[in-house]
Amino acid sequence: MPVDFNFMVGGEAGQGVQSVGFLLAKVFARGGYHIFADQDYESRIRGGHNFFRVRVSNSKVGAIAEDVDILIALNMGSVNLHQPEMATQGIIIFDGEKIKEVSGHNRSLLSMPLEKLAEEKAGGKLMVNTVALGAALSVVNYDLNILNTILVERFGKSEVGDRNIAAAKAGYEYVQSEYKGDFRKIKPLSEVKRMLLTGNEALCLGAIAAGCKFMAAYPMTPATSIMEYMAAKSQDLDLVMVHAEDEIAAINMAIGAAYAGVRAMTATSGSGLCLMVEGIGLAGITETPIVIIDGQRPGPAVGLPTRTEQGDLQFVLHAHHGDFPRAVLAPATVEDAFWVTIKAFNWAEKYQLPVIILTDQHLASSYATVDRLDLSQVTIDRGVLFSEKGDDPFAYMRHRVTKSGISPRAFPGLGKALVVTDCDEHDEEGHLTEDARERTAQVQKRLRKLLPLRKEISTPRKYGSRGAETTLIGWGSTYGAIHEAVDILRKEDASVNMLHLSELWPFPAKAVADAISKARNNYSIENNATGQLARLIKAETGYDVGGRILKFDGRPFTPAYIAEAVRKEAH
Amino acid sequence: MIATSDYAGLKPAWCLGCGNFGILKALNRALIEMEIEPHQVLLVSGIGQAGKLPHYTRGNVFNSLHGRPVPPAIGAKIANSELIVIAISGDGDAYGEGGNHFLHASRRNHDITYLVHNNQVYGLTKGQASPTSDVGFITKTTPYGAASPVNPVALAIVNGASFVSRGFAGDIDHLSNLIKKGITHRGFALIDILQPCISFNHKNTFQWYKERVYKLEDERYEPGDKKTALEKALEWGDKIPIGVIYEENLPVYEDQLPALSKGPLVRHKIDPAGVETLLAEFV
Repeated sequence: MPVDFNFMVGGEAGQGVQSVGFLLAKVFARGGYHIFADQDYESRIRGGHNFFRVRVSNSKVGAIAEDVDILIALNMGSVNLHQPEMATQGIIIFDGEKIKEVSGHNRSLLSMPLEKLAEEKAGGKLMVNTVALGAALSVVNYDLNILNTILVERFGKSEVGDRNIAAAKAGYEYVQSEYKGDFRKIKPLSEVKRMLLTGNEALCLGAIAAGCKFMAAYPMTPATSIMEYMAAKSQDLDLVMVHAEDEIAAINMAIGAAYAGVRAMTATSGSGLCLMVEGIGLAGITETPIVIIDGQRPGPAVGLPTRTEQGDLQFVLHAHHGDFPRAVLAPATVEDAFWVTIKAFNWAEKYQLPVIILTDQHLASSYATVDRLDLSQVTIDRGVLFSEKGDDPFAYMRHRVTKSGISPRAFPGLGKALVVTDCDEHDEEGHLTEDARERTAQVQKRLRKLLPLRKEISTPRKYGSRGAETTLIGWGSTYGAIHEAVDILRKEDASVNMLHLSELWPFPAKAVADAISKARNNYSIENNATGQLARLIKAETGYDVGGRILKFDGRPFTPAYIAEAVRKEAH
Repeated sequence: MIATSDYAGLKPAWCLGCGNFGILKALNRALIEMEIEPHQVLLVSGIGQAGKLPHYTRGNVFNSLHGRPVPPAIGAKIANSELIVIAISGDGDAYGEGGNHFLHASRRNHDITYLVHNNQVYGLTKGQASPTSDVGFITKTTPYGAASPVNPVALAIVNGASFVSRGFAGDIDHLSNLIKKGITHRGFALIDILQPCISFNHKNTFQWYKERVYKLEDERYEPGDKKTALEKALEWGDKIPIGVIYEENLPVYEDQLPALSKGPLVRHKIDPAGVETLLAEFV
């Protein structure tokens, strides 16, 4: 029996929506299931409405589904708000003693005294969310011991741990004895040990594996958790995370560290990146390798601070004045975020330029199960380095004009070679110059680096039948949703495939032109208001992407949403 | 032995008679007398006439953006704590465009030395008022006179800098000693340097400063008390004190970073397999 089951936890900020959601995801991941889970939250510390969706499947899933099978409603707002999203046989677990005015079909309501159970069986109403979690696992007859093990790992042998275990048990047993509705069955599968992590966590692991030793940043949703993770691991993994006074300082600190020979990065969101723009050009002209993570959220300005968008593509392609090379990467999935980050560090050093990683709130805070990352596949390429063994350090020139445009790097203080660079135009040594010939040579040298870099750009991912009538084009975090939308439409015998880009600059113009010239209908599917990828494709290939399916309400695409939009367009 | 020729850089493009020449000479002398070799030094400058200084001596050079010498200097110091890192700014660079970095570098106490060429006017853009121009200073951009100036020395003291001093470009011996002290000091060392601009500041001239500056050392001044130091910092008029105004041993930012206890970051080996322990946390 294929399992594709959706849980949702809803409540106010501060009610433990995140922790119950995470535990649900973890419990099923431990049981061998594939998970995709996303978080929807408001820009506030208490109150408001937050929810956490967990999709449990026995095949790989990369997006959230729309129909909720079990809703854990921690407040009344959740019951009423999410009624329309419930599957036909969906079940809403809520505290009937607290939430009285509930609408909807009776059969789907599982009213139980959550708070009373928490107080009587688990020593206080703080445990109410764990009681509900136990109840949800009971409805699907899942193995409660898996949750108990996770709780022990999380809280240790402590009073809090014991109370959580008691709370889960109380919820589980209540449902087993009192619930009169239909039970479901989700049995633990094999002992497959997959990782469960967010996009941001994957980025951090990628950065650390790539040897990033220095990060400077300023807190901003959805990038803050990157700072926090790196800071938390700074002692054990021998790295430094500086909480800078502002984004301008952050990027300039990272550039200083990179100049001194350490792999360095910063992370922010769009309006933080606005402040960092000067640093992008500084890295460009001083040829300093740096990785910049932009976790996109809806703009302009502060926009929707806790929500998702793909609105920064055209911005990061052009941010800063003047002509200089850069690379732009947009991971497609949580797993991809790990590998893309490693690639970003390698490219930054190999080509001595800024590399921007575009993620978004959706990818940053969504959880997915990933097969254990194989670290033996990680390669480190620090590019061409100057060696004082073979060459005269006193003849070293940081910006030596070479055929490839790449000048060997030396690091200040590690040898006798003096490493001189300047944000003014400079000569080969790095000293400022206004000489027309030297200026021309340096600009050309920097731009030449794009030629070998262009060859490293991977062919965009393709999925579905070759030569399909309709091609769905996307980039970045929409990969999972578009991929599944293709499946949905193909089941309806539609001739559809997907073209997906995660390496956006230098732009793979030929591969994209080849792919889209074959389809009769092309749709660019983007989480922004103007079709920024479609515009890029037009600029780089000359092809018009005829159709656009755009979503800019701050919420991610679901496969069903895309499929429906394509159906509508087809009529 | 390190010779003067080791620090012979490009020919300066400053105006003849500029106060910057004195600062350059004082810096070179300090480095030579401390027997520091050029490759051990990193000079990080911003934009302005002061920002050009690193090109006119020798060392590792990161000539950064306007207002930004301090953040890359911090990044480089953390990346390679063996480097002697000296940031170089003018008054516009340090106290205008880079004001926020100045405040926070002061309080975090990074182990860098900060030379600020303070000529109370913008030179590179030709004669506009700067954050330290005297009140009422009339320029093309301040036709009704400049507003009240920033007091960098007082600011540094109240923001927790551990070494706060003022030098004068017209007294190279004194300035050179001050730079040596700043480099020797562990923590953030500000050296605000009174620097006459012969082209655009016809008020605060060599003569004007000479008539006013006096050395704190000559008065047996002790720089260890914050209140007294603040009083000295506020002294500006007929008498202007130069020398170390405030000095204290405070925890150094870089000393609090556990990763640096295993040697400079730049010498750490990159080992992807080291992440294996982290992966287990996600299973």
